[in-house]
Amino acid sequence: MSRADEAETVNVTVNGAEIEASPGELLIDACERAGAYIPRFCYHSRMKPVGMCRMCLVEVDTGRGAALQPSCMLPVSDGMTVETETDLTKKAQDGVLEFLLVNHPLDCPVCDKGGECPLQDQTVAFGPGESRFVEEKRHYEKPIAISDTVYLDRERCILCDRCTRFANDVAGDTLIHFMDRGNNTQVNTFPDEPFASYFSGNTVQICPVGALTAKPYRFKARPWDLEETISTAWTDSVGSRITVQSSRNEVLRLLGVDADSVNWGWLSDKERFAFEALNSEDRLGRPLVRDDDHQLVATGWGDALDRAVAALQGAAPERIAMIGGARLTNESQYAWAKLAKGVLRTDNVDSQLGDGLPVEAVLGLPRATIDDACRPGGTIILMGPDPKEELGALYLRLRHAVLEDGATLIEITPRAGGLTGLASHSLHPRPGELPALTAALVAAVNGEAVDTAGVGGGVIAAAAAALDGPVTVVLGRASLAETGESVADAAVNLSRLDDVSFLSALRRGNIHGALDAGLSPGLLPGRTTLSAGSERVGEVWPGLPESDGLDTAGILAASAEGDIDVLIVLGADPINDFVDHAAAVAGLEAAGTVIAVDLVRNDSIEAAAHIVFAAAGPTESSGTFTNLEGRVSVCEQKVTPPGTARPDWMLATELAHRLGADLGLDSPESIRAELVSVSPVHHNLIEEALAVGRIDGVLVEGNGDIAAPVSTTADVPSNDAYSLRLVSTRSMYDDGVALRHSASSRGLARGLDVRLSPTEFDKLGVKPGTIVKVESSCGQLLAPAFADSSLPAGSAHVPWSAAGSPAGSLIDAGAPFIDVRVERA
Amino acid sequence: MPTHSYVPHAPGYVDNEGPKIVTSRFGYEDSFTLERSQATGGYQALRTALDKTPAEIHSEVREATLLGRGGAGFPAGIKWGFLPPGKFPYYLVVNGDESEPGTYKDRLLMERDPHQLIEGCLITCYALGLQQCFLYVRGEMALAQERIAQALNEAYAEGYIGKNILGTEFSVDVVLTWGAGAYIVGEETALIESLEGNRGMPRLKPPYFPAAVGLYGQPTIVNNVETLSNVPWVTENGARQYKTYGSEKSPGTRMFAVSGHVKRPGVYEVEQGITTFRDLLYGDNFCQGIRDGHELKMFVPGGGSAPWFFEEQLDLPLEAGPVGAAGSMLGSGGIIVMDDTTDAVKAALRLVRFYARESCGKCTPCREGTTWEERVLQRILDGEGRPSDIEMLLDIADNISPGPYPVAADPAQDLDAIPFPPKQTTICPLGPSSVAPITSTIRRFRHEYEAKITKRDPIPVAAEKAVS
Ligand SMILES: Cc1cc2nc3c(=O)[nH]c(=O)nc-3n(C[C@H](O)[C@H](O)[C@H](O)COP(=O)(O)O)c2cc1C
Ligand code: SF4
Ligand code: SF4
Ligand code: FES
Repeated sequence: MSRADEAETVNVTVNGAEIEASPGELLIDACERAGAYIPRFCYHSRMKPVGMCRMCLVEVDTGRGAALQPSCMLPVSDGMTVETETDLTKKAQDGVLEFLLVNHPLDCPVCDKGGECPLQDQTVAFGPGESRFVEEKRHYEKPIAISDTVYLDRERCILCDRCTRFANDVAGDTLIHFMDRGNNTQVNTFPDEPFASYFSGNTVQICPVGALTAKPYRFKARPWDLEETISTAWTDSVGSRITVQSSRNEVLRLLGVDADSVNWGWLSDKERFAFEALNSEDRLGRPLVRDDDHQLVATGWGDALDRAVAALQGAAPERIAMIGGARLTNESQYAWAKLAKGVLRTDNVDSQLGDGLPVEAVLGLPRATIDDACRPGGTIILMGPDPKEELGALYLRLRHAVLEDGATLIEITPRAGGLTGLASHSLHPRPGELPALTAALVAAVNGEAVDTAGVGGGVIAAAAAALDGPVTVVLGRASLAETGESVADAAVNLSRLDDVSFLSALRRGNIHGALDAGLSPGLLPGRTTLSAGSERVGEVWPGLPESDGLDTAGILAASAEGDIDVLIVLGADPINDFVDHAAAVAGLEAAGTVIAVDLVRNDSIEAAAHIVFAAAGPTESSGTFTNLEGRVSVCEQKVTPPGTARPDWMLATELAHRLGADLGLDSPESIRAELVSVSPVHHNLIEEALAVGRIDGVLVEGNGDIAAPVSTTADVPSNDAYSLRLVSTRSMYDDGVALRHSASSRGLARGLDVRLSPTEFDKLGVKPGTIVKVESSCGQLLAPAFADSSLPAGSAHVPWSAAGSPAGSLIDAGAPFIDVRVERA
Repeated sequence: MPTHSYVPHAPGYVDNEGPKIVTSRFGYEDSFTLERSQATGGYQALRTALDKTPAEIHSEVREATLLGRGGAGFPAGIKWGFLPPGKFPYYLVVNGDESEPGTYKDRLLMERDPHQLIEGCLITCYALGLQQCFLYVRGEMALAQERIAQALNEAYAEGYIGKNILGTEFSVDVVLTWGAGAYIVGEETALIESLEGNRGMPRLKPPYFPAAVGLYGQPTIVNNVETLSNVPWVTENGARQYKTYGSEKSPGTRMFAVSGHVKRPGVYEVEQGITTFRDLLYGDNFCQGIRDGHELKMFVPGGGSAPWFFEEQLDLPLEAGPVGAAGSMLGSGGIIVMDDTTDAVKAALRLVRFYARESCGKCTPCREGTTWEERVLQRILDGEGRPSDIEMLLDIADNISPGPYPVAADPAQDLDAIPFPPKQTTICPLGPSSVAPITSTIRRFRHEYEAKITKRDPIPVAAEKAVS
């Protein structure tokens, strides 16, 4: 639409009053703006209207006489006259509601939807007072489990097509459908095919009746007992906006909030249901220390803090290290950064666990928002993880952009993923050869393309030709068996394209907040380096590290050599999450004192922690969250933490205090104020802006002092004929800590397997599913083997799974690529 | 006077010795073969068409006022003009889903003369520049599917279909598909959904015609089997010749399927507009009257969806205008005749149940309302009726089809006709169709309802006239 068109408006008369509307606006929305709310069931502003329920019928006259029309289907036109309260309209609404109720069971007293049910509410407001239906109602088996988490009660369903539209159109999981016809029309799954969608919870949220319910909330509360507050989902970095609903100091449900620039109201099931882990029995309510029998036992805060102080006081700055921090709020991250770098003066601080990217690639390239990536007519280059598996709500946005808004998608990924079906071109280069392939792609824009990285020149040329409009690179670490440096080099290559910007796809919770807070070697808060920011930050902080420190891999290696006296593990589980399993175990075990700050006892704590601080989790403390765009949004406290667990930032100030330093931070607000004072990029993060951006948040823009990355990697030799190059990608249910402690999600992790390109699979000469041995230079595993035609020749895929880190046992953190041998077991 | 002149190999068809435009080959036992077709002028019209410009053919059909035979009676030539320019590809979809209660004439056309239909499709594609033709045949019509498949194979082999037809630049492919047995896929947008592989449910209007946005989002002409079967004749003989039959507004012939209590039920090819219902139901060449010893009670004039007619409407001509003004429609050309042995409530229930079962389930008023109507009628018949049920039935009906519902005049009660068509709270006319039997019978035979409801001994319906 051109500017001139946008400016144009049409005049519509709603119940006698003339209003202006924009062409294309649906009548139902225009009337609502005009204060005439039209009842509805099937209409949902984020989905295509279907006009099924007929609840929104109003009398419309477009010059050919007044007639009942569904207002959810009708775009406004100039001169349109609408009456929403005539007798004819009221009779129609009355009639539709009566029809909806004839077969509707009288379940209200036992229905989870009771009290927040559009059918109840609209019956009261618009419906008939009495029932004239005297026959027996239609019966179905009451609720049937259509997936592990979702139940469907077909007696309550009013066939609005919302769940089915969401599943089919929005999520692309065509697993629930209408079946049968007439009065027996019903929603159902195909036999033997459950509604196994990563997004199933959204259908429960948008169901206008109690037909769809989700296990975690069933029979837990009544809506009038719930209190709610706004917050931000924490299980990935999209920063989906949510409301947190609780009753009696227990979080019972999260609902998606329609933030126009972020998640449009949708959530992945991981975002939605992971709160269960917060309520789990395994939550830490008190600090722990390791006793003389090497057992972790509960203790008081004084004891735990004193032990930590004793350990820290004896350690030289370069012998102190801190890994983790992405779980924390921005404020807590800042407090811990100030403690580590400002008080303890160590720069051995890294919030990434060897699974991310060099900070220059995240912070130093022109940055894009989700809306930038989804621009109609633009091009998305996905060079990162499968968003469907790792960044669910972003996946839905990208999917919509390609399907509905005409964005072009080009994939540069190790194998096929959730968006492959929508990609105009899918390039799957050999592992380790991203830089070569991207160089070839950029070269192809201006000239000829040659076969590169196992991808044909013709394909590269076609992809180059498909680049259209502004380009957004969704940039992340697709395979944990390929280094972040390799991805960064590829990003440098793509930064040479015209009109290009980058949307980070680092997945871990508040990782972008952590980087902005300086939780990375060589960084200080506010997207600045130790050298560039020292003056500004040094004015406020008691001190600064003397030189650049180590990243997580370096810290673990140094620790294994006996060079780390105190290792702070800040909400992380390196044994399961660090890419190199052996290095994590060795580093943790050799550290002098390991201080862990966490919500539950994870494997790293069990194995190596000496002191454990019980921390308050999301919903239990207030603060802000920074998403992958750099958008900061609030997370309000809703419930109290278990036992004596404390907010992370408080633990940092308490430790500092006992170490004789005053961080000068006494509330999340005061921390934000200090962040704004030391960080020019955070200049707009003032309280007023956060209040205005209550739904959409406040975008923190710019690269600060961070320069673009420079190419570092050398050419990658191809693998020898006996070995395959390893690819390891994540899935949504990766058996991570949060999922393992959520009752409903626990069982969803996929099993381990190894996938080979078809040629390699054939060479192996085994039946699909046969157990084979996969061996690298540092470890081995046994897994069933299958073929995967999207894998480049000469490569093998082992999924990343947090539990026991099987793929991590094959990976050597220092190697630019991992070669494995796959043999019959 | 013959009481039977059924054609043995065309069961259901009666040769009424009138002009034959679409049934001219029905007399031959092998009428469905390419050999017979060609021996009797088959594909001659295609050659004639290919010698002319597409615009000439289109204007011939427009001139002929060839009315759609699927139900709505929209002139084909005008519908063909709705195709937007420059939106390739264009499609032709042939509606062979015939399932309207009382209608069985498309089935005969497909079984007896598939080549005539195919030739009509080819000429239409040529006239409008359509790139592909989809023939959609009702799921249950196995013989029709078989005959069309056979005919398509023969026509392909003979070079009538495919690339460079008869050595010209004109190329088109014809694809045969069939439904899974749902009445609603006869509605053209539901048919298109079904063709696309989706559940057959009507699309929202506007757009009012698939000519704007149809199959796979492309401009699509949907025509009925009988409509297209007329095209070869019109092409070969011209509009002027066509208009020598029938009336000015409804030229040509039309197939009517008559069922029920007449002496000779069957499918007749009838001159439209000039023939009356009385001619058709009582004429010697036609149905020869109500079976002996009984009188006409009521009849459905245009397929199960049409409001009912009675004695007083017998002299109406078979023409859309007068029939519509009298409160009903010619619809699909299915006439169901009921004599004085028919229980009006039972008859209404029979049709209402059809619509309840066949509702696609998309809109609330149709999905819930039709079944509710069915259950109330059933309850009344079971002797469980309540005095308020009659008004309630009318009110349920009003919530599906708001405002006065089309109905025939009743001089005895001094009631005027309410003209066609009905209004609707639904997406398609299926839901409102369920209202026709209810309002038609309640207006005329309220006492039959009341007799059942008040649990008096039912009045023997055959003796009803004597009682009143
Ligand atoms: C509920 C419903 C059922 C219909 N069934 C049929 C049918 O079985 N056959 C048919 O040709 N048209 C049927 N129609 C009409 C079609 O929608 C469409 O108008 C017709 O196929 C157009 O062809 P024509 O213009 O040649 O008549 C039906 C319409 C409705 C609303
Ligand atoms: S289950 Fe709920 S959302 Fe789905 S169609 Fe039924 S009422 Fe609508
Ligand atoms: S009126 Fe009935 S058949 Fe037609 S679309 Fe609605 S539910 Fe389906
Ligand atoms: S809201 Fe418009 S038809 Fe359902």
